[in-house]
Amino acid sequence: MLIKILGSGCKKCVALAQNAETAANAASIEARIEKITDIVDIARYGIMSTPGLVIDDKVVSSGKVLSVAQITEHLRTIKPEPGANNLG
Amino acid sequence: MGEIFVWLNDQLLRMQWLSDLVTLLVRDGLGLDTASRIGGSVHFFVYDVIKIFILLSVLIFSISYVQSYFPPERTRRILGKRQGLTANVLAALLGTITPFCSCSSIPLFIGFTSAGLPLAVTFSFLISSPLVDLASVILLASIFSWSIALAYVAIGLVLAVLGGTLIGYLKMDNQVESFVFQSPLSDYDNDGIISRRERLSYAREQLTEIVHRVWIYILIGVGIGAAIHNWVPENLIAAWLGQDKWWSVLVATLAGIPMYADIFGTLPIAEALVQKNVGLGTALAFMMAVTALSLPAMIMLKRVVKMPLLCVFVGIVSAGIILIGLIFNSTTHWFN
Repeated sequence: MLIKILGSGCKKCVALAQNAETAANAASIEARIEKITDIVDIARYGIMSTPGLVIDDKVVSSGKVLSVAQITEHLRTIKPEPGANNLG
Repeated sequence: MGEIFVWLNDQLLRMQWLSDLVTLLVRDGLGLDTASRIGGSVHFFVYDVIKIFILLSVLIFSISYVQSYFPPERTRRILGKRQGLTANVLAALLGTITPFCSCSSIPLFIGFTSAGLPLAVTFSFLISSPLVDLASVILLASIFSWSIALAYVAIGLVLAVLGGTLIGYLKMDNQVESFVFQSPLSDYDNDGIISRRERLSYAREQLTEIVHRVWIYILIGVGIGAAIHNWVPENLIAAWLGQDKWWSVLVATLAGIPMYADIFGTLPIAEALVQKNVGLGTALAFMMAVTALSLPAMIMLKRVVKMPLLCVFVGIVSAGIILIGLIFNSTTHWFN
């Protein structure tokens, strides 16, 4: 799983990155966390406020620092826990 | 009825009770005479810091709650449906209530432009956003008066609309870096804040985040204000910024442009300057220059906009600020 943090390095981006790392570790998900700081690259995702959270190339949030719980929720939706009832 | 309003204004905004309390503290607790330099400085510092933090907390929280209804994506949608002057005016108005951190100015610019919003509209937004801010308007009312605060809003909005329109007339679209137009629009919908609980938690986050960001500017600003208030000799200030000097507004604006401080930090400085007989327009021009333009913001903008357009933008905003300063200076008698 590839998690990208979009932002030019202000405190919010750092906080989001930390929360994302904590969430991934707590959920035992193997995730690589990348920080995208170049404006041109950030623009490619089309978000309008930083920081942005991108999981597996899909924009999940922008403009806010999600809590560890909120990020975990997103991670679980994208990659359900093993043993979850996976019909279809 | 008028008396009730005056009383409310005095107690809630000017916090007369707080000033009296601090006077007691300084006089009886520390044994200093508030008329003396040290006593006066301490009083100014303690009273202003506490007042600003209380107002800041209440204002940021309630205004962020309102702002949760206007994420940039929604603003872009609203603006996309209008044209011409209406769009400009709307952009200027929305600029005042859209949550805006200067680190978002670039993504926002790109987001608006790639969606097809005309440069004029985007710039009206970019000018009004840092300049007119609901919270700072109320702080202005608390430090000066409501009529001054409302006049500031009105003129700030006019500056934003005119500035944006002027930039539009100059047809400088070719001055925008091409990658801006090629940026995709995210299909992510930031209208996702729905429940009241989420709005409250958003308001709380904004409050924490903003206080973290600006507390140092407030302390520095109040510190400078206290120094001006009690320590900097009046003739020194008068020499540069005195009411009779035709260059005072110019000096104030030029000094403010490269600096960046949060608007909450500049208010105590403006307050102290006015008490030292600096013209109201001069003080306001300083405030506007510090918040609307700054070296960091210009450096960031340079990445999406070419030098000629950047110069036009800075030029128009500076000229507008100077003009506003001059207007306020010559009409001060209306506000007294």
